[in-house]
Amino acid sequence: MSEDPSAMPLQLTVNGEVRDLRAAPWVTLLDLLRETLQLTGSKKGCDHGQCGACTVLVDGRRVNSCLILALTRDGSEVTTIEGLAKDGALHPLQQAFIEHDALQCGYCTPGQICSAAGLLSEGQARCREEVRELMSGNLCRCGAYTHIVEAIETVRLSGAEAAA
Amino acid sequence: MADGDMTIGKPISRIDGSKKVAGRALYAAEYDAPGLLHAAVVSSRIAKGKITAIDAIEALALPGVIAVLTHENRPRVAAFRYAYKDTVGPPGGPFKPLHDGKIRFADQPVAVVVGETLEAARDGAALVRITYEEEAFETDLDAAKAASFRPRLPRLGVKPAPKPRGDFDAAFAAAPIKIAAAYETAAQHHNAMELFATTVVWEGEDKITVYDKTQGSQNVQLYLKQALGFKLKNVRVVNAFVGGAFGSGLRPAHSAFLATLAAKHLKRSVRLVLTRAQMFSITYRADTRQEIALACDAEGRLLAVRHACVAATSRNEDQQETIVNWAGLAYACDNAAFDYQLARVDTPTPGDMRAPGAAVGVHVLECAMDELAYAAGIDPLDLRLRNWVEHDQNDDLPLTSKAQKACYAQAAERFGWSERSFGPRTMRDGHELIGWGVAGGVWDAFVAPVPTRARVTWRRDGRLEVAAAASDIGTGTYTILAQIAAEAFGVSVERVEVRLGDSTLPFNPVEGGSWMAASTGAAVAKACDKLKAALVKTARKQFKLRGKSALSVARGAVIGEALPGGAVSLNEILAAVGQDIAATGTNLPDLAGQRKHSSYVHSAVFAEVRVDEELGVIRVKRIVSAIAAGRILNPKTAGSQIIGGMVMGIGQALHEEAQTDHRFGKVMNHSFQDYHVPANADVGDIEVIFVQEHDPDVSSLGVKGVGEIGLVGVAPAIANAVFHATGKRIRSTPITIDKLLD
Ligand code: FES
Ligand code: FES
Repeated sequence: MSEDPSAMPLQLTVNGEVRDLRAAPWVTLLDLLRETLQLTGSKKGCDHGQCGACTVLVDGRRVNSCLILALTRDGSEVTTIEGLAKDGALHPLQQAFIEHDALQCGYCTPGQICSAAGLLSEGQARCREEVRELMSGNLCRCGAYTHIVEAIETVRLSGAEAAA
Repeated sequence: MADGDMTIGKPISRIDGSKKVAGRALYAAEYDAPGLLHAAVVSSRIAKGKITAIDAIEALALPGVIAVLTHENRPRVAAFRYAYKDTVGPPGGPFKPLHDGKIRFADQPVAVVVGETLEAARDGAALVRITYEEEAFETDLDAAKAASFRPRLPRLGVKPAPKPRGDFDAAFAAAPIKIAAAYETAAQHHNAMELFATTVVWEGEDKITVYDKTQGSQNVQLYLKQALGFKLKNVRVVNAFVGGAFGSGLRPAHSAFLATLAAKHLKRSVRLVLTRAQMFSITYRADTRQEIALACDAEGRLLAVRHACVAATSRNEDQQETIVNWAGLAYACDNAAFDYQLARVDTPTPGDMRAPGAAVGVHVLECAMDELAYAAGIDPLDLRLRNWVEHDQNDDLPLTSKAQKACYAQAAERFGWSERSFGPRTMRDGHELIGWGVAGGVWDAFVAPVPTRARVTWRRDGRLEVAAAASDIGTGTYTILAQIAAEAFGVSVERVEVRLGDSTLPFNPVEGGSWMAASTGAAVAKACDKLKAALVKTARKQFKLRGKSALSVARGAVIGEALPGGAVSLNEILAAVGQDIAATGTNLPDLAGQRKHSSYVHSAVFAEVRVDEELGVIRVKRIVSAIAAGRILNPKTAGSQIIGGMVMGIGQALHEEAQTDHRFGKVMNHSFQDYHVPANADVGDIEVIFVQEHDPDVSSLGVKGVGEIGLVGVAPAIANAVFHATGKRIRSTPITIDKLLD
């Protein structure tokens, strides 16, 4: 495919790896991840910032990557679900999601886990109620919510995320 | 888990979990291909009429756009409607995408724009100018129901309304206590998280691999073959992972057709993803208008039951669900009458959505039972128990099992029902009114109506492979099939590899109605028996054993005193043979048994709501649901299935409705912002209890299926709790603030 003449350069550090990329101004971070970098772990459920399936961490903060034009984050550090596991070992949240069966179809799961990782590093949630509230931007049509909260609470209370 | 441990019935974590949490599970839009093109759909702006002109000049001028396909320039496709029939659709003529210039419903696909990039296709779609001539249409069920009718042809696998029994009119007239009420249920959309998507990989002359979001790979394979003129063997459909479906993927979606059409036209690989808004034009749970009348004596014994329903369907097909039958089945009653009618609206054909029919029919029945309990001054749980029945009065057949009494008892105990005060508005906590409601649930214990197959292979690498063209749409199919095979061979689940979601694998019907565990599971069990026999035979030959020396398979080995050391591992046996050994099992529906008895799965649901007295805001504080579903293969994944149904039940009760503006004939809230599905904070504490139920007659594994029952009974338990809290009987779902404050 011939390159889009409107494409402009941008540099991102994606899951620890520096990537020199080019993107047209209208390409979202989500589409860049999925289509250009083949990092399809970040999901598209609405493309409108309404479901959280596309949640990734940009400079440590959780964001809906479908709402971000990739070029506006030149120089940023992006962590996707593919980058959460370290040295082949699952992130404590990933492990907890499996153990608590906090997923069914799995489509919302990467977004839930990235969002939970962001939530824990924000240090905002101090109880189940707050986790429920602060995770409400991530929809799960399979309805795994109670297990999602249990998984996050297990990790939060163990303090394991600090070590991860 | 170690080899030799029992695995069936254990809460094993799903075996596909590690792929899913790591983002390594690939869904339909996530397969790449060399030179992949992107396609976007243009949707009709009007609800009915015809296209008078199409101007694609601007779209085609956009850099990166390479084709605009419409009914005017598309390649030749099948003309006859039977070619578009799939294995599960209702009677009538299916919608034929891009067939002609007629518009039959709002947001109907009218053009496909293909581009080098996702953005080019999407932006090109916005530039196609279409001129229409509008015609009068009707999307309002309340208006359409004036012309309601009884379906002429029944839908395969759906029971028509039962025959009346006794004399409803006389019994109702003479009864001392009675209620009669009209209910409404709103149209709902499945809204699985994954967008409808299809990636068609062009493999060369008329050969394609299609990655599709569907509940049945072989159903889509057959459809694409017939509608688009491929050879069956040249179409492979893969749905290894499906991001939820809830019924929306039972029938082939028009996205699969359109993507394949574009690929065929361009002889290139094409990916098409619908937008969330466009998914509202695929199918939906039909809205209904229902009437119910119940009468009882002073002791609460039912004397008369009548349930009637008018449900929406499209102009072209007669979608049918089992809605009114439950009223004749759930409780003992000798005088019963039923009516089930359809009314045509100008929308896509409604379809099955989780617990089709029961979701809305049992809702109305269970709300009405609550109304009757209050009319009779009897505790609502007590009223249900006083009308206990263990016979299917609709079909006059015995039930294979019904452990629902245990459901009521255990869930009531857990919930603390005995602490409830009878009167409405008698429990509160500050400014919040507290309401406790109960409902029973019932759903078919289906076994697939056609033969179901599975292949099991002991491989030389020491792994046991299970393969079937079944689907795992989040249901846990991968895991339970691994458990069944692991147990048969006495090996750990980790040694089992399950391959699903591929039309080239042994035949399976579409995943729907919760029959997969019972049917595909039984096919796997049979395949394992055959494979074990084959392995024993091989061992006999290898060790030249004659006569009757007993051999069996356990812990991954053939065991028998005649063997050296008393056991030889299967790996050794295979190494000597030099090849993998496979066997295929087939599960046939027990048609004779189905004529001798009926089987249903049951539940009891207790819900607590809190209602803000001034604001009318309803919160679901907690729900306890007890389920009797025969043998539970995996309480962890089955429990999640039930919880998922319960969450959708909260949505049905309080949130979900397609809001159609009947001036435009269009669903206006076609986004996650405006069509609210339950979010984390909407869901309070949820508890699931599986009660013991031994049922050897329902299916060979004693399994009944858990995909639907979790939903049934939840909405009425919540609605009844809202009545208990507020004294207001809201006979229309969803129960929104405006209705409560009205
Ligand atoms: S895809 Fe980004 S929020 Fe839904
Ligand atoms: S697991 Fe299916 S949407 Fe959350």
